[in-house]
Amino acid sequence: MNTQAIREVPARLQEQFKGLPKQVLKVAKGMLVPAVAVLIFLLLWAGTAKNIQTSLGELPGPVQVWEQTGNLLMEHQAERQREAAFIARQVERNAQRLAEDPNAEVRIRSYAGIPTFIDQIITSLLTVATGFVIASVIAIPVGILCGMSATLYSALNPLIQIFKPVSPLAWLPLVTMVVSALYISDDPMFSRSFVNSAITVTLCCLWPTIINTTVGVTSVSKDLLNVSRVLRLGWFTKTVKIVLPSAMPMMFTGMRLSLGIGWMVLIAAEMLAQNPGLGKFVWDEFQNGSSQSLARIMVAVFAIGLVGFALDRGMLMLQRRVSWDKSAILR
Amino acid sequence: MGYLHIDHVSISFDTDHGPLKVLDGIDLRVDKGEFVSLIGHSGCGKSTVLNIVAGLLQSTTGGVLLDNREVDEPGPDRAVVFQNQSLLPWLSVYDNVRLAVDTVFKRSKSRQQRHEWTLHNLELVHMSHALDRRPDEISGGMKQRVGIARALAMEPKVLLMDEPFGALDSLTRTHMQDSLMEIQNELGNTVIMITHDVDEAVLLSDRIVMMTNGPEAKVGEILSINLPRPRDRLALADDPHYNHYRAMVLKFLHKRHAKPDVPKPLQGRIASRLKVVG
Repeated sequence: MNTQAIREVPARLQEQFKGLPKQVLKVAKGMLVPAVAVLIFLLLWAGTAKNIQTSLGELPGPVQVWEQTGNLLMEHQAERQREAAFIARQVERNAQRLAEDPNAEVRIRSYAGIPTFIDQIITSLLTVATGFVIASVIAIPVGILCGMSATLYSALNPLIQIFKPVSPLAWLPLVTMVVSALYISDDPMFSRSFVNSAITVTLCCLWPTIINTTVGVTSVSKDLLNVSRVLRLGWFTKTVKIVLPSAMPMMFTGMRLSLGIGWMVLIAAEMLAQNPGLGKFVWDEFQNGSSQSLARIMVAVFAIGLVGFALDRGMLMLQRRVSWDKSAILR
Repeated sequence: MGYLHIDHVSISFDTDHGPLKVLDGIDLRVDKGEFVSLIGHSGCGKSTVLNIVAGLLQSTTGGVLLDNREVDEPGPDRAVVFQNQSLLPWLSVYDNVRLAVDTVFKRSKSRQQRHEWTLHNLELVHMSHALDRRPDEISGGMKQRVGIARALAMEPKVLLMDEPFGALDSLTRTHMQDSLMEIQNELGNTVIMITHDVDEAVLLSDRIVMMTNGPEAKVGEILSINLPRPRDRLALADDPHYNHYRAMVLKFLHKRHAKPDVPKPLQGRIASRLKVVG
């Protein structure tokens, strides 16, 4: 190829791509860099994993993890089919019994199979949601009050600062003992392990919401407060019409941080509390120690990461929906 | 006795270096329907005067009487137009004004009347076309129009304007001044406006109150502007009276009370040191 031809290449390429709308090119460009980065990561992982021998065999690479993902999904489907069959058998049996004796007492017993990976993700989500909702219900009002009263803030601030850095692993034994002492019921609505995990999550995700709500409330623009003074707005109207909307973006920032922390904390809490969620899955696989265990734990790692990411995006979307400040950026 | 009487108002603020007296015996009477401008160099305490009349600040000595009643707290009878508009960013243009209308006329107007009153005031400032826009979707000039509509909608006894057009570009500012004159001709409000724009002061005011430099700012001179209304800025540009008034204000600001380059206490210190050396 002579130099003339080489010089013509970009021009010809441009000619070819002219038909494509600019938008598509832009998206393609935007996706290319992350795709290459992920590919490099996978190659490095595959290359390194091969050379690491653990007592459970070779550290699994991307391929093994992918296989196990398929296995876990298949196990889930198989379990669901078994459950459907179990219920169908019962329905059939009940119908038979009713035919023989119309007064027979019949009921459907729930299927007591082992929880699958998907079930465990759902349990984890329920647990973190419970903990997070409890935390928000406490933290937002406390934050608002702290923001409005400097006295209350200075009273609570030392406690907030001291409890904020405490690890969930330190809370859990205390929570377990307190729950088992107070939560006594013959037919409990929630299992103890669920309550323990949820409360541990609550204890860890109170703080960012309190702190950010406080900051949001205290940093209401002085001019807006002057407007409320000129209008002689009452305490309640002022709070609802001026203070809360203006603190909303900060409040959401706090809640996003809290949810992130809550999800991280949950896995540890579930491991120790034996709540049948992702944490327990990881622990059980670790104890199980089969040749597939490590790959299955890695599947859990990715699942935890993806769910955490989805939770954060969900909060951000909610924030954009609810808050007046549409300038909140995706980050 | 004026409608609004700022009666020998002084105010001191506590600082790390002891109390700082910002205003020293400001005494001013404003008649009903009068448009008064306060002009002076920045930092001389113009805004402090306005905030005391608004009730946002309490004077140390002296007081403010409005319609024979003492002012001791903020209230909608002294509506303020802030320099940075201070609209609630989460409310639409309509809702920003409606909030004020709902608060002030909670009992005296029906829901329908309040709706119409809100629309009427936005019409007055030519903002009827943007009722549903949010403050961050409209320009600075439009925001200030809404700020003025909100203040007017309170039917204040005195309208207080704190450099209302200071943050606008000069073209928008002239538009806004014309709008304000038009509204003023129609409504005849009592207005106190802070400005540091000499043309704005002469064009809009019945009287211009020129303040001396702070701290311990006083009323330096009061200039009555006897130009017939309605005023037309183009016709006035060549008017000898207008230019005379302008010159008077300029002379006050730049000759007799020019802003010193060196703060006074420092000058004193240098002088005393010179004395020691000498």
